[in-house]
Amino acid sequence: MSDARLSVLKTYKLYVGGKFPRSESGRVYEVTDSKQNWLANAPLSSRKDARDAVVAARKAFGGWSGATAYNRGQVLYRIAEMLEGRRDQYLAEVADAEGLSKAKAAAQVDAAIDRWVWYAGWTDKIAQVVGGGNPVAGPFFNLSSPEPTGVVAVLAPQKSSFLGLVSVVAPVVATGNTAVVIASERSPLPALSLGEVLATSDLPGGVVNILSGRTAEIAAPLAAHQDVNAIDLAGADEALAKELEIAAADNLKRVLRPQPVDEADWSATPGTERMTAFLETKTVWHPTGALGASGSSY
Amino acid sequence: MAPAPAPASTPDPAATRAATPAPAPAFDYAPAPESRAVVDIAPSYGLFIDGEFTEAADGKVFKTVSPSTEEVLSEVAEAGEADVDRAVKAARRAFEKWSALPGAERAKYLFRIARIIQERSRELAVLETLDNGKPIRETRDADLPLVAAHFFYYAGWADKLDHAGYGPDPRPLGVAGQVIPWNFPLLMLAWKIAPALATGNTVVLKPAETTPLSALFFADICRRAGLPKGVVNIVTGDGRAGAALTAHPDVNKVAFTGSTAVGKQIARTVAGTRKKLTLELGGKGANIVFDDAPIDQAVEGIVNGIFFNQGQVCCAGSRLLVQESVHDELLDSLKRRLTTLRLGDPLDKNTDIGAINSAEQLARITALADQGEAEGAERWSPVCELPENGYWFAPTLFTNVTQAHTIARDEIFGPVLSVLTFRTPDEAVAKANNTPYGLSAGIWTEKGSRILAVANKLRAGVIWSNTFNKFDPTSPFGGYKESGFGREGGRHGLEAYLDV
Amino acid sequence: MPTTAPAAQGPANGPAHGLADLTASDSTLRRFLHGLPGVDAVGLEARAASLGTRSIKTTAKAYALDLAISMVDLTTLEGADTPGKVRALGAKAVRPDPTDRTAPATAAVCVYPDMVPTAKEAVAGSGVKVASVATAFPAGRASLAVKLADVREAVTAGADEVDMVIDRGAFLAGAYMKVYDEIVAVREACGTSARLKVIFETGELSTYDNIRRASWLGMLAGADFIKTSTGKVAVNATPANTLLMLEAVRDFRAQTGVQVGVKPAGGIRTAKDAIKFLVLVNETAGADWLDNHWFRFGASSLLNDLLMQRQKLATGRYSGPDYVTVD
Repeated sequence: MSDARLSVLKTYKLYVGGKFPRSESGRVYEVTDSKQNWLANAPLSSRKDARDAVVAARKAFGGWSGATAYNRGQVLYRIAEMLEGRRDQYLAEVADAEGLSKAKAAAQVDAAIDRWVWYAGWTDKIAQVVGGGNPVAGPFFNLSSPEPTGVVAVLAPQKSSFLGLVSVVAPVVATGNTAVVIASERSPLPALSLGEVLATSDLPGGVVNILSGRTAEIAAPLAAHQDVNAIDLAGADEALAKELEIAAADNLKRVLRPQPVDEADWSATPGTERMTAFLETKTVWHPTGALGASGSSY
Repeated sequence: MAPAPAPASTPDPAATRAATPAPAPAFDYAPAPESRAVVDIAPSYGLFIDGEFTEAADGKVFKTVSPSTEEVLSEVAEAGEADVDRAVKAARRAFEKWSALPGAERAKYLFRIARIIQERSRELAVLETLDNGKPIRETRDADLPLVAAHFFYYAGWADKLDHAGYGPDPRPLGVAGQVIPWNFPLLMLAWKIAPALATGNTVVLKPAETTPLSALFFADICRRAGLPKGVVNIVTGDGRAGAALTAHPDVNKVAFTGSTAVGKQIARTVAGTRKKLTLELGGKGANIVFDDAPIDQAVEGIVNGIFFNQGQVCCAGSRLLVQESVHDELLDSLKRRLTTLRLGDPLDKNTDIGAINSAEQLARITALADQGEAEGAERWSPVCELPENGYWFAPTLFTNVTQAHTIARDEIFGPVLSVLTFRTPDEAVAKANNTPYGLSAGIWTEKGSRILAVANKLRAGVIWSNTFNKFDPTSPFGGYKESGFGREGGRHGLEAYLDV
Repeated sequence: MPTTAPAAQGPANGPAHGLADLTASDSTLRRFLHGLPGVDAVGLEARAASLGTRSIKTTAKAYALDLAISMVDLTTLEGADTPGKVRALGAKAVRPDPTDRTAPATAAVCVYPDMVPTAKEAVAGSGVKVASVATAFPAGRASLAVKLADVREAVTAGADEVDMVIDRGAFLAGAYMKVYDEIVAVREACGTSARLKVIFETGELSTYDNIRRASWLGMLAGADFIKTSTGKVAVNATPANTLLMLEAVRDFRAQTGVQVGVKPAGGIRTAKDAIKFLVLVNETAGADWLDNHWFRFGASSLLNDLLMQRQKLATGRYSGPDYVTVD
């Protein structure tokens, strides 16, 4: 700011149920850049925020999972469009958060935008790839199709604050799940800003809910929550992952274990695994009778 | 109960048009027992480890009985931790060569096994009926054909894994520790072992404590097929052996079929490890009958849904949701149909309902049924004489059941049907989904669009429309929610055993 | 013969089932028939097949064989039928196994109307009934007047039972009332002395839904028996279509109190098959139908197989075609 004008600072808020509430705890924590310079305050989410986010995600599940795959693709593509328009904002936030050069931060943001596009194209194809007819030995038409698991708790990667975040959130919602996302604990600002894009991208409120705060503190009630169907442990270290996986067993959540941190290369083109991890296969049997024997022979 | 009593006499105007016939004598089906001579059960069996039958390290044994007579069939070695460790080590040793075999060669072993099962199917059916208590009609017409079909199906995959949609050259996981239940002993073995071997894993399998025999006969089939030592190991024993197997640090894959409670325990055990886990657990399947259903077929489907294998089926249609407008008519038909069910000697070819698998299971069914009565549901069973020895429970249905009743929520795993009503399709779906389970459901209506709409909304892994309890090796099977995760059968079933 | 139908059966008062309002008009009848529960073909056939796996042995088999013999409508319906052929058939019906007097007689002989006098003579005094096909059997393509004349000729000649064919063309065209009226008229022409079997020719009706509708239509119109087929088309009696008709008579009696018989005809050639049909009867309609007043087999070659099986059961060795009579 070379001129005398005092800039307007942003108050970062949570994104829950399509709205931007402050934390129920009324508390915030300081977010700094890689050089420990203060960037902003972020809400310190409590277990009640986690609870509210699950309620919002559950409420949104019926509509989002029931939307056509084409519609979900349109919405995901819209997210990419909105991000493209605010590219510079994310570039700055990612550079600050991860201590990256402008060029490296740009690569991260561009890859993240492209990732939304990639998953936008998957929404109406994944069923054809992982579902299909089964040739059962009998007079039945038998079809397996994938369905979203439900409400997925997502622990976003701790290091890759934006590309990593998008890489774990997009596949969850592309297939019709709804998500409660815990942002990177150290670098939550790009995640919290993402809420602003999601809110203006025709994504129904509650489909993605974003919480910031202490990962372990927020994750524990989510892993134990009986109305959460699955958990992605991408942002958990080994000890936390084990603890959460044990808690998740109480209602047999689907658990996607964390990749070893060193191997996490979020820039590589993903496979379908992050989608299939949160899909159920439903198989429906239908009898196929004969048309009926007919005809005279005399 | 069997044979069916004559319906109450009705006025017969036709009799005025012709001579009144003499009353018909009952058509009693004379006993038609399947010969037991076809199977030769040894007085004792060891553990099958590294291609050999061996005693348990501590020499412990347990008895297995025929649930229909309580006769002791044989004595079986009881595996301890040391035995499980020995079996895992054998499987580990065998893994390197087995996984390196060309897929086509692994396939041929599986084809061999499938063929031998077909050849010996009558023997195995009789054995299964003796050890499990289920009717020979089921082991002969359902269990054994499906067992052979499952091996045939996965045999064909062994050299085609590149085309299965899991990337080029997908790799096996290593040693699979598999724990199976007593309700379909050999079929559950097939569901576990066939895909594991086809994908190049080696196996340590623990059959259920009350039904160890068919797995031990299968061990013999492996030897006859020339399967390399250590590729399949069978450790018999109780829950402790199962726990030791799933907790073993050198097991790469855990597959379990059984109760949800044990499933959760296993999930906690493998937490924080790199073991891949699939669970096929309990259910409380809703069988939804709409007022435009093909009623006679619906009645058959309801009967098949809850009385197949004495209701000891995880995907049983244990909750009948019937549209109020056809409730009375359907219940009349259902009750009339239940009077024709024949309960008794499982080896009799005309038996529909066999014995409950164990005294323990019988006690559980009895307690839950009593609780249903205590909570105010109306209990009904056809007139039914139960044999003196063995474990028996009459086919039972409860009416006036609501979602709040224990018998509408807890898995009974027995021949007990809870009847609830609904008024509209969305109410039916809401009630059907109102359970922590999500394994199976049935829909009965002649309206095609309603089938699709309802099937789409049901949160269950297997849905049968206008049919029930159909199984096929090509068709993925498995649950939503607390019914477990992962699929068995079909292309989907390969994923559980591949490093993908 | 002038027919004086009893009041309970005359079309003026409607048949004795108390459902006269259903047949008040073409539209009420159509609405009723189309409102019957649908039939799932796969489920129906699976149930029939499953009952076919019952194992009927020793005493049960002996009972079933004799019962089946007593249910046979021994049939000859050939262009080449002669008095000699019909007389031989009559003798066989009265005493199916000349070497064994304990073998029961068949229920009836079934012939064309012009053979009724010969048949009556052949079975005189035996209790074996004479059934006559009628109504321009097997196609049924003739005017109502011709059909009724056909019926009257058979009844006048002493037929105890009349096996009529319905107008499948009318049925398939949706003219249910026409089919109904025709059955009612034939019922009336049968008078009090003859029982009426109504043949649907299920192979031409083609679908199970049609067979269920035809069953109710026939019963509403006063059929004493509903019968699958003429034996002259590609698909005749099958376990599944017979099971379906057994369900219909069961449900009809539950609703009206009126019991109606069932006759599968055509294609049942072995004792094993016949016993499977008896199991269907036993476990669907119930023991009340296990009597030749309520269940028949329309067959010819079946009888010899039943007799051979009967001999096998008695002697313990397999019999051969030279030990039963060829008629």
